Amino acid sequence: MHEISIKITINEKNYEKSILPNTLLIDFLREELGLTGTHVGCDTSQCGACMVLHNNEALKACSILVAQLNNQEITTIEHLQKDNKLHPMQNAFRNNHGLQCGFCTPGMIMSAISLINENNSPTEEEIRKHLEGNLCRCTGYQNIVKSIEEGAKDMREKG
Amino acid sequence: MYNFNFHSPNTIEEAINIYNGSEEPKFLAGGMTLLASMKQRLIAPSDLIDLRNIKDLSEISSKENHITIGSLCTHSEVSNNVIIKNKIKNLAKLANGIGDPAVRKMGTIGGSIANSDPAADWPAAILALKANIKTNNRIILNRDLFIGMFETSLEENEIITSIEIQVPDFFDYIKFPNPASRYAIVGVAIAKYDSNVIVTVSGASHKPFIADALSESLSKNFSSNIPLKTISLDELNEDIHASAEYRANLIDVLTKKIINNN
Ligand SMILES: Cc1cc2nc3c(=O)[nH]c(=O)nc-3n(C[C@H](O)[C@H](O)[C@H](O)COP(=O)(O)OP(=O)(O)OC[C@H]3O[C@@H](n4cnc5c(N)ncnc54)[C@H](O)[C@@H]3O)c2cc1C
Ligand code: FES
Ligand code: FES
Repeated sequence: MHEISIKITINEKNYEKSILPNTLLIDFLREELGLTGTHVGCDTSQCGACMVLHNNEALKACSILVAQLNNQEITTIEHLQKDNKLHPMQNAFRNNHGLQCGFCTPGMIMSAISLINENNSPTEEEIRKHLEGNLCRCTGYQNIVKSIEEGAKDMREKG
Repeated sequence: MYNFNFHSPNTIEEAINIYNGSEEPKFLAGGMTLLASMKQRLIAPSDLIDLRNIKDLSEISSKENHITIGSLCTHSEVSNNVIIKNKIKNLAKLANGIGDPAVRKMGTIGGSIANSDPAADWPAAILALKANIKTNNRIILNRDLFIGMFETSLEENEIITSIEIQVPDFFDYIKFPNPASRYAIVGVAIAKYDSNVIVTVSGASHKPFIADALSESLSKNFSSNIPLKTISLDELNEDIHASAEYRANLIDVLTKKIINNN
């Protein structure tokens, strides 16, 4: 099989690489670039631990090929903090005990930011509906919802 | 996942040429179903032909009382589209009930129809509505498309380009979803044109089907006073999620619910 050459921007850095066509985005991020903040929970599009942002919307990195993202841009959890300060959504998860083991958290945060990009003051019901693709085995979701409510408020205030 | 050659053509002609020149190729749309089966090594195509760079396939338009949805429109594009919301708002609702937001961002209407999963939502809706499926070389009537489980009348090298739907007087679709996947354990779609009503069912059998007795009864009298248990249990699925009897009952319950919500 032929390797293919692709250009992709990850966290505002441009990469030009030769890859095997069957390279999944999640493997490219973790194995090739060492960005291990994005997790693999199920590898079958169910759990959302692998979520990253593409055009401000969350997608599951375990279910897309790098080849499908030629000339496009991806943001991962590693790129949310600015000037050594947590992103408001990260901060809100910390303030509200929105995580226990933390395995689902990178995906939860990317999913939450994706929601706020589309609807900056979601109701509790809208938050819960939006999280249908994110599974958490620890928290029972209560504090995740609280975190997202606070994160939304802080994101609105910080513009 | 086994390896393959990857192609991203810009036109339909190019896509068909690549297809015809490859050993065991597959078209790729959102990949939500195809990549999952490749990861499980259920299939191993020699070549993947990505359709997402073919521009004209992602448009939604309306003309008189018809709407046309490009096959590469994602579920989320359909659910947020103003034309769809104005003309057949419950089609937007259906699209917004598929999987979860990340699945809706990638998965396409054409991919869902071509895949013809008996538990998927689009096929039942397309079968209930007056709809034609346009491909690169012909127009297929909705009733001629879904021939079996994961089986359509599409040729192997045929690309769905758009779906054309006549705007109904009434349309709704409700499913009783599997709580994990959101696929339908049973889904019911009802479309009404004048007094002519078609009721279709997803999730309950090996393919989406028209419920004849219910359609006939609702065409005569559009009320929730419907004949019960009209579908033979032999035709219904029986699995860990639900027995055939339970599914038969759900068909009646969901049908009444649609009429009562109306
Ligand atoms: C977690 C999860 C939950 C889901 N929940 C639901 C649900 O609740 N309801 C539901 O209906 N679906 C559900 N799906 C399926 C989803 O809707 C998929 O988007 C859909 O089945 C396939 O669309 P795709 O664009 O991803 O197609 P792909 O996976 O890219 O392709 C599927 C098949 O169709 C062929 N194909 C694709 N486009 C065309 C075309 N234009 N012309 C000809 N052939 C084509 C491909 O060759 C392939 O064989 C779910 C999927 C996942 C992963
Ligand atoms: S690892 Fe991607 S959805 Fe679970
Ligand atoms: S905090 Fe452990 S899985 Fe969510």
